[in-house]
Amino acid sequence: MAERSFLDPPPRRGAALVRRRRSILPGGGGASLLAALLVLLALAALPSAAALLDEPFLIRFFTRIMVMAIAAMSLDLILGFGGMVSLGHAAFVGIGAYAVGILSWHATNAEPLLSWPVAIQGTESAFVAWPAAVLAAALAALAIGLVSLRTSGVFFIMITLAFAQMLYFFFIALQKYGGEDGLQLMERSSLGPVDLGDRITFYYVVLVVLACCLGFAARLVRSRFGMVLRGCRQNERRLLAIGIPTTRYKLAAFVIAGAMGGLAGVLLANSQSFVSPADMAWTRSGEILVMVILGGMGTLVGPILGAAAYLLLELVIGSYTTHWQVIFGPALIAVVLFAKRGLYGLLVPGGAGRNGGGDG
Amino acid sequence: MNVLLLIEQALNGVQLGVMLFLMAAGLTLVFGIMNLINLAHGSLYMLGAFFAATLQQWTGSFLIALVLAIPATALVGLAIEVVTLRTLYTRDHLDQVLCTFGLILFLNELTRIVWGPLPLRATMPAALAGTVEILPGVAYPSFRLAIIATGLFVALFLWLLIAKTRIGMLIRAGASDRMMIGALGVDIKSLCTLVFALGAALAGLAGMMAGPLLAVQVGMGDGVLILTLVVIVIGGIGSIRGAFVAALLIGVIDTFGRVMLPPALGQMCIYVLMAGILFWRPRGLFPAAHHG
Repeated sequence: MAERSFLDPPPRRGAALVRRRRSILPGGGGASLLAALLVLLALAALPSAAALLDEPFLIRFFTRIMVMAIAAMSLDLILGFGGMVSLGHAAFVGIGAYAVGILSWHATNAEPLLSWPVAIQGTESAFVAWPAAVLAAALAALAIGLVSLRTSGVFFIMITLAFAQMLYFFFIALQKYGGEDGLQLMERSSLGPVDLGDRITFYYVVLVVLACCLGFAARLVRSRFGMVLRGCRQNERRLLAIGIPTTRYKLAAFVIAGAMGGLAGVLLANSQSFVSPADMAWTRSGEILVMVILGGMGTLVGPILGAAAYLLLELVIGSYTTHWQVIFGPALIAVVLFAKRGLYGLLVPGGAGRNGGGDG
Repeated sequence: MNVLLLIEQALNGVQLGVMLFLMAAGLTLVFGIMNLINLAHGSLYMLGAFFAATLQQWTGSFLIALVLAIPATALVGLAIEVVTLRTLYTRDHLDQVLCTFGLILFLNELTRIVWGPLPLRATMPAALAGTVEILPGVAYPSFRLAIIATGLFVALFLWLLIAKTRIGMLIRAGASDRMMIGALGVDIKSLCTLVFALGAALAGLAGMMAGPLLAVQVGMGDGVLILTLVVIVIGGIGSIRGAFVAALLIGVIDTFGRVMLPPALGQMCIYVLMAGILFWRPRGLFPAAHHG
């Protein structure tokens, strides 16, 4: 792999350690695999259940859950495994969403996106727009990570928040693409023979993307790269002392998480056929963070459960009162104070969950 | 842009700066002593504005409203500290961010329940509604001048409090080593509560003065919270002096940025400034003691 040279392989003994510990890694190997399969199977069965219950609304709703789950999972990569508390993750989601939206706008209006130095036309093709969106999010994450990772602790929290806010204002100022009102997508991206306009097809496409992200993230955290990343969270100083350039690893993880967040944004823009600065407001970043914690950080399945729990709570409490946050706020405080391992911790006892402490 | 306009914008910048200082002073003190990052600080600003606007409607006097709303906000801050935040001092920053985020959701929604979704109207006191000719040909709203004066007065008061009094000495000692002054027999718990209530009162005061200038509405604290975070990060967390310098810097730069640059760049410039400063000085301009 080309990135090996950049990512300085850890010493050989580390590799042996990984092999030995593979089975007991996050969430206790077997248990986490089982949990992941169960969650994916349940999601795969949902459209049939929705048809049986005659509740087509559920498909739309669970599409949204899966999109937010991808965003939350990408945040968990850096938060739960790398110990980086980023409060600006919605920015990457927003960049991915806006990239799709802007390319589509130019295709609809038949106006080139760029005429100099190279001519770039807008497009609605998923094969072009989606990778471009992910790349844009990754580049933004690279730039933000380069500056933010010079700091740590509470400074890191605030600088990621500030960068996200900067991008938020940037998109508000883009009057051409709707400014504060947002940008309407004329139609969903075209993905070859697959018709994304169909609700159920789109649902399964999102599910496949979610499964791929989960598989990729699971492999990543079990790799040597992932071991260094988890080491950064537990004791970065010790890693530095044995000669591992931790900042490079953290930056790489930050970029990967940003790219995955961008992918979530791509799906978000497609699912709601709309993108606006509200999708990248700082409260949205807070919500993604809350999803990770509700589900259980440091577990990859947790964020999926967390996203589902958060949106379900919003739906259920919201159906009784429009002031659902007056109940949710204290509930969140209670979860943080008393149930730190999240839903995953309740469902899979003895897993890794939030062990090893945070940054404090 | 001519010189007169320049002076007017500079004063606007200073006015925004002292408001930000009122917010930042409390936040940075709380962080300095309790090592607590409190996102709900913006909610206290909002509550201050709502209290003052309501009291003004009842009593018809801005001054009476101000005098009553400041202790009211301090009391709310005190209650919040005792009920939730006290348990967070020993937790990591992630828990603090999440809990205070939960508090924001709760307080915003509670405010919406109590006062309804529509913005309240706060009016300037009649005595300050006019303008003052500060230079020949430059008329400037006297309410804004009063804000600047209040802000500078509070800055002086804080400096005296922290540098010259016994309480201030304890605050400084608490910021440099909390465990040690606890061991020396100082009631650190009450000290924290007191500092938090002081910070709440200052945030409330900022909100009260912002009321007649901006709309008093739910969520008004969120925007100012982020500006405040930028201020204390640039100034160096825990440093009052840093907060003062950074608040004026941000106030002036933000004001001029909005006037002189295209809208996108204008709103982004303070964040670019912050990124630049943190790139060269990752702990801010005036790094306080050992905080991470």
